[in-house]
Amino acid sequence: MKESRRSFLKIAGVSALGVTAASNAHAIGEYFIPSEQAIKDQKVSTADRWGMVIDTRKLTHELNEKIAKSCHLNHNVPTLENKNHEIKWIWEEHYEHAFTQQPNEFQAEETAHAPILTLCNHCDNPPCVQACPTKATFQREDGIVLMDFHRCIGCRFCMAACPYGSRSFNFRDPRDAMEDGKPTNPEFPTRTKGVVEKCNFCAERLAVGKDPYCVEASEGALVFGDLSDENSEIRKVLKENYTIRRKASLGTGPSVFYIV
Amino acid sequence: MKDKGKIIAGVAIFAALVSFPFWYNTGTAKPAPELILAPEAKAAVTCILPKDQMAKEHMQLLDGWRNSVVREGQRVYVAEDGKKYDMSLSNTCLECHTNKADFCDKCHDYAAVNPYCWDCHVNPKEK
Ligand code: SF4
Ligand code: SF4
Repeated sequence: MKESRRSFLKIAGVSALGVTAASNAHAIGEYFIPSEQAIKDQKVSTADRWGMVIDTRKLTHELNEKIAKSCHLNHNVPTLENKNHEIKWIWEEHYEHAFTQQPNEFQAEETAHAPILTLCNHCDNPPCVQACPTKATFQREDGIVLMDFHRCIGCRFCMAACPYGSRSFNFRDPRDAMEDGKPTNPEFPTRTKGVVEKCNFCAERLAVGKDPYCVEASEGALVFGDLSDENSEIRKVLKENYTIRRKASLGTGPSVFYIV
Repeated sequence: MKDKGKIIAGVAIFAALVSFPFWYNTGTAKPAPELILAPEAKAAVTCILPKDQMAKEHMQLLDGWRNSVVREGQRVYVAEDGKKYDMSLSNTCLECHTNKADFCDKCHDYAAVNPYCWDCHVNPKEK
């Protein structure tokens, strides 16, 4: 009697588990498009690890503005007057703020006042991804740290985790700040109040074989490419120039390099 | 059992109150709205899936599209007939269904569903 009760409980337990799992799988309800029905564009640019080199010697304040504008207009990033509500994907930063681990009170004039461009570093070991409880922030196979805005619950753990301040939070509906509530690029979505956002390395452009907007607008100051491909242009630039990364000692493995 | 009468009256009142919305609304149900196809949609003749399936499953399909695009980076949908579509609500669906108010909203309002797609996704034809 004892034995059969025991085995009954076991079977009941396992079946309960099975039923719950099955019903949960259904509840999550992911409707997967069969793989032969979902493909990439023929023109797609692929890489094992996308990266960028920023030649700060070529940057000027005007060029930085132009680059940021091109990114922000095309990604419907609103311009908000209130600094606390500011949203930015790519922006200008003082040298000593961008490179806090290279403090030098006797820095060369030119370097100390160089207008540095900063953006998400698409870290190889991204702390923001580890912090995100919903997997709204995740790392793609090509190294891009991307956000699935649908899943973002606005907890801002990622903002606390990112050592670079690369992320902005939508304290208000971004459309309120747009002319007539209309986005500047109707082909790209806006975000909504309560989600975090940041640079996406122009994933939507790479998908059709184009370079990121910032690279296109940079007049050669920004080089974009596959860091894992020894023969790529970016690797050539990295081989020929001394580069530094922001707070590399933290172990985040930034994929954005600076020639200073 | 001296309170039998009170209990029965109480139960009756309770049942009447609970079922109030049902009997109050009987017979006033509105017919499902007729969908109006935009000229662009008529010209295209076929949607990406048969009409009935779209009506029933477009939400799951869009959910699948979003996973495919955002998570897998696969942005092109190959329909049964081999035709390729960009998986995009704004840039593909609304290209044909240019009348969001008459096509999407009408039914969503009728069904009292409030999809938040439009909080972020743009209706390109919006004036
Ligand atoms: S720079 Fe910040 S937001 Fe970007 S991947 Fe690194 S930790 Fe994440
Ligand atoms: S704010 Fe959004 S992206 Fe950031 S950790 Fe929370 S859920 Fe993830």
